[in-house]
Amino acid sequence: MTDLFGFWAVFFPVLRVWFTCLVVLIMLPAMFGISLGITETYMKILLKTLEWATHRIQRASRAEEILKRSASNGLIQRNDSSLEQEIEELRRNRPKSAERGDFTLSDVLYFSTRGIESIVEDDVTQRFTSEELVSWNLLTRTNNNFQYISLRLTVLWGVGVVVRYCILLPLRITLTAIGLSWLVIGTTMVGFLPNFRVKGWLSELVHLMCYRICARGLSATIHYHNKQNRPKRGGICVANHTSPIDVVILANDGCYAMVGQVHGGLMGVLQRAMERSCPHIWFERAEMRDRHLVTQRLRDHVNNKTKLPILIFPEGTCINNTSVMMFKKGSFEIGGTIYPVAIKYDPQFGDAFWNSSKYSMVSYLLRMMTSWAIVCNVWYLPPMTQEEGEDAVQFANRVKSTIAQQGGLVDLAWDGGLKRAKVKESFKEQQQKKYSHMVVGDDSSD
Amino acid sequence: MFTVLNQTLLCLCFPVSHSQITRLYSRFHSLDKGENGALSREDFQRIPELAINPLGDRIINAFFPEGEDQVNFRGFMRTLAHFRPVEDNEKNKDPTSGEPLNSRANKLLFAFRLYDLDRDDKISRDELLQVLRMMVGVNISDEQLGSIADRTIQEADTNGDMSISFSEFTKVLEKVDVEQKMSIRFLH
Repeated sequence: MTDLFGFWAVFFPVLRVWFTCLVVLIMLPAMFGISLGITETYMKILLKTLEWATHRIQRASRAEEILKRSASNGLIQRNDSSLEQEIEELRRNRPKSAERGDFTLSDVLYFSTRGIESIVEDDVTQRFTSEELVSWNLLTRTNNNFQYISLRLTVLWGVGVVVRYCILLPLRITLTAIGLSWLVIGTTMVGFLPNFRVKGWLSELVHLMCYRICARGLSATIHYHNKQNRPKRGGICVANHTSPIDVVILANDGCYAMVGQVHGGLMGVLQRAMERSCPHIWFERAEMRDRHLVTQRLRDHVNNKTKLPILIFPEGTCINNTSVMMFKKGSFEIGGTIYPVAIKYDPQFGDAFWNSSKYSMVSYLLRMMTSWAIVCNVWYLPPMTQEEGEDAVQFANRVKSTIAQQGGLVDLAWDGGLKRAKVKESFKEQQQKKYSHMVVGDDSSD
Repeated sequence: MFTVLNQTLLCLCFPVSHSQITRLYSRFHSLDKGENGALSREDFQRIPELAINPLGDRIINAFFPEGEDQVNFRGFMRTLAHFRPVEDNEKNKDPTSGEPLNSRANKLLFAFRLYDLDRDDKISRDELLQVLRMMVGVNISDEQLGSIADRTIQEADTNGDMSISFSEFTKVLEKVDVEQKMSIRFLH
């Protein structure tokens, strides 16, 4: 019994010191947006260590292989020529015949090669798993193709595990818990105030502080570019989607009205708390299916110029941050000014992509908190509006290209929904139609 | 594990670099959603670019031996081996080791089998019609398609059995650069 008492006598002061350090060194600076330089030092040490590790790995296995891989992450050479060009080439040596049409037995070679190419490497399925790293960053989870190199590297990895799980993880969990509790308490308190202008200002302050604490809880280092283009009230902010953390990243620098489904549990508590201090847009599950209702509510919010800009992720699902997939046109039919934002994470320090079919939210957050850090770049792009004669789909594609270009991401027209759903038959029918033209020319039977 | 694979593949006359095998194995693994070491037809159909390929089902079928529903990594590599480019230094191979899978003849055999639905080593009129129908969809009428098939067989058929054998098929494609068209080049 006395042992236990003795244990607590020692443990309590330690806990107190720990908490004081936490508050003074991390929370308070975070809340006021200033930096003490601790994170910078940590990042510098981390970078040096990773560089050294890369150097060692390159020395051990032939450096050229790895260097070449960094140039283009593709596996095979893909031919970009069209169906028409390829089939013309295949038919070059055959005489044409009016009765036979233009069909030749060799036409099948085009489809078979394209098919096998897509089996070896395709543009879409690779976007739904984490990006492969060029060189190992000392995390077990990214250790796909790298073998045992040297004792020193393994020791370093071991040290890394201890640091990440025993020091950083408890720290981060504490910070996030504090951040979220403060969000709930703070917003509820602000919610009790009458509707003066002060309320809005206070609400923004509370939100910002909480998100900053949460960002520290993930060891997030965010670089914002072009802050003059930051989204303004009455506008719509669209960004590429990689994980739920995107919200924390963006909300660290400005206040947004969130859009989403009403959840139960912890998320529900957070949602209701946030709703008390400033208007967000939460939909019941049944309401989400009614597209007109959704558009109308969003439009009402946007037209009220005193309300915060809406934050929308038009891809509709998490993509692995190497590409931008099809933007759903719904957000672009609302009619406000669109403020595009490009978010690019640096995968060297931690993979931010949420593979929702592989990890639940909790295990995803644990993985985030046991990475080295989350480093990302956020570019605010100049506002865009729908032009004359441009429909919602074209507008969406235009915004998507701008974001892809800024973030250095591949611009794909494929739907992010292909993560779970099958591809539409109409695409196959398009291919068949194109090929039919090559067989009978323009006088086909339909 | 990979040295065992390496040896297996070498006896398929399919020498690949270590990094290529590893990457193809990663690819195999990422397609294998059921994580049972073998791919089913559904696993292939999850690839959107393959699902919209008019001959997607025929290509998928090429991976599965007669009557089987699962293909393991060895079978996967064996089928992909047909599409390896033909290098010059492979020409002086040991003649007793048999023809490599990526020879011109074997590439043509792969293409032939795309047409030969019942694997009886002959392309009948029906089989040709079915494959044509897959490639053109609904855009060409039955009569037109029928006459296209008839003419194709007429031109190719040299022994008068109203179907195309493998040697007749080879003759039709003798001027086509099959080695180049049916090859997939790795970037490293």
